[in-house]
Amino acid sequence: MSGPSSYVPKSDLEKWLDTRLPIMRFMNDTLVDFPTPKNLNYWYTFGGILAVCLASQIITGIILAMHYVPHVDMAFNSVERIMRDVNYGWLIRFMHSNGASMFFLAVYIHIFRGLYYGSYKAPREILWGLGVIIFLLMIITAFMGYVLPWGQMSLWGATVITNIVGAVPFIGDSIKTWLLGGFAVDNATLNRFFSLHYLLPFVIAGVVVLHIWALHVPGNNNPTGVEVQDVKKETLPFHPYYTIKDAFAICVFLLIFAGFVFFGPNTLGHPDNYIPANNQVTPSHIVPEWYLLPFYAILRAITFDILIIDAKFGGVIAMGGAILILFALPWLDSSKIKSMRYRPVARMWWFAFVLNFLMLALCGAMPAEPPWTLISLLCTIFYFAYFLVILPVLGVIEKPQTPPASIADSILQSHKKSAGVSAAAVPAE
Amino acid sequence: MSATNHEVAGEAGEPTRRDMIHVATGAVAAGGAAMLAWPLINQMNPAADTRALASIEFDVSKVAEGSQTKIMWRGKPLFVRHRTPAEIAQGKKDDGADLKDPQTDEQRTMQSNEQPGKPEYLIMEANCTHLGCIPVGIAEPGYIGEFGGWFCPCHGSHYDTAGRIRKGPAPKNLYIPPYLYTGGTVVKIG
Repeated sequence: MSGPSSYVPKSDLEKWLDTRLPIMRFMNDTLVDFPTPKNLNYWYTFGGILAVCLASQIITGIILAMHYVPHVDMAFNSVERIMRDVNYGWLIRFMHSNGASMFFLAVYIHIFRGLYYGSYKAPREILWGLGVIIFLLMIITAFMGYVLPWGQMSLWGATVITNIVGAVPFIGDSIKTWLLGGFAVDNATLNRFFSLHYLLPFVIAGVVVLHIWALHVPGNNNPTGVEVQDVKKETLPFHPYYTIKDAFAICVFLLIFAGFVFFGPNTLGHPDNYIPANNQVTPSHIVPEWYLLPFYAILRAITFDILIIDAKFGGVIAMGGAILILFALPWLDSSKIKSMRYRPVARMWWFAFVLNFLMLALCGAMPAEPPWTLISLLCTIFYFAYFLVILPVLGVIEKPQTPPASIADSILQSHKKSAGVSAAAVPAE
Repeated sequence: MSATNHEVAGEAGEPTRRDMIHVATGAVAAGGAAMLAWPLINQMNPAADTRALASIEFDVSKVAEGSQTKIMWRGKPLFVRHRTPAEIAQGKKDDGADLKDPQTDEQRTMQSNEQPGKPEYLIMEANCTHLGCIPVGIAEPGYIGEFGGWFCPCHGSHYDTAGRIRKGPAPKNLYIPPYLYTGGTVVKIG
């Protein structure tokens, strides 16, 4: 949380700098002395992991752009050249393509952690909203990046998704043509997607700065959901306590990342994207990358007209709404208790929501035919019901447990509990 | 306005000359910004070379009866199908069927000047009207659907021998590009 700065310039140079550009003070207050609740568990390390993911994607991406050619005749071959001829090109490309998957894996865990511990509630609504913006930018960036290798899935994925824009009534077609720069996904599209794919990660980095800023005003939430009351007793400086904890988590995460890069670099990809793009033949089964499957399933779940909205546009609204509804979440959840640790009923619904999300991913990977069409629809209904019905109603009717009076209390309690267990174990020996 | 106002002001609350200048300046700035923004937005629309490919000529007699070919128009494929008399008859018979996007078989081969075209040649955009995949048609490996026309493998739309949507998520019949027969069997598309 932001308070009086604890920075003391040590050298004359630092003093001189501090009265002109207090950047050392800023770094100290945000990354070194920042007071962080003592009781954060490993689910809270994913912020740091995500920062590493973004840095990795930007560095490998800049390198790939040195060798990649954004032209329909050469894009596919230039990627193959990176794989075969460019020194360590295979490594850098696999780090980038698998890095996207790891980035999304981490961001989903980060989001679900926020949902579980109520990190979106006051006073962290802006922090949460900025996170949703980052997630949205990540989806757009990843989608455009997947088009660049110009394989069959690149071309047809882009065709299907830009046709979604065409579903908007009246102006859809003009917007689609404007986005594509032509009447179909073609060279103009590839060029602009490359340009934007290079730009957006830096926009993400900018929003990340805002995200951290918004985090450092109220300070971290924590597993009890009880706000810090005594900074001295209940917090530790970010460095070295959480830099070390985050670093350990990052190492474990990088092990998994390296496992994919070296032992299963194509496991998460689709083999059809190793076929050069052909605008006369559609692959028999178009699927997006795994991390977009749940939203793809929601898009396809609407197969019927709703009043004046036709099925196609209805699917678009549902898919967009599935992400946009997250912005409203801080005001939809009516419970005064933040952490689901103390909300036994809400906790069960949270687990159901996670399972439902995984089920949607499965539906997105399956062909659009029975029984998957029905399952997709039911899962979509549950997805929206969680936000629009379950959370608003539960806050009113649920009887939550009493959270500890303070973070210090909860730490003392857990110490007593473990002390009691070992004390009980001693006489038995 | 008070007595201390140095402007050549009207009655109390009346706009002054200075207000007028503010509004006018703001309007010019906004207009200028909009005029500058338009080139930055419009550059993303199809360029002149892309638009130049918007019209092509094709000799339909190259397509054998009972088969279809794909030609490129505006960067995307078109179907040109040479229908057999049986397929035309089937198309006409289905005019009265329960159609999602009602059109008669005759309308499906109409030229852009509202004159009837050639019923044996069906010229259509090859993109499914759902999400733009290319449906599988006659003389191609794969299932062509329940109505003998086209089947879209992506999300399962069935089209009949006149390219009309009969079953599945697609909302419209396969689009007919604007075309005119310029002489004999040569057709100008676009």
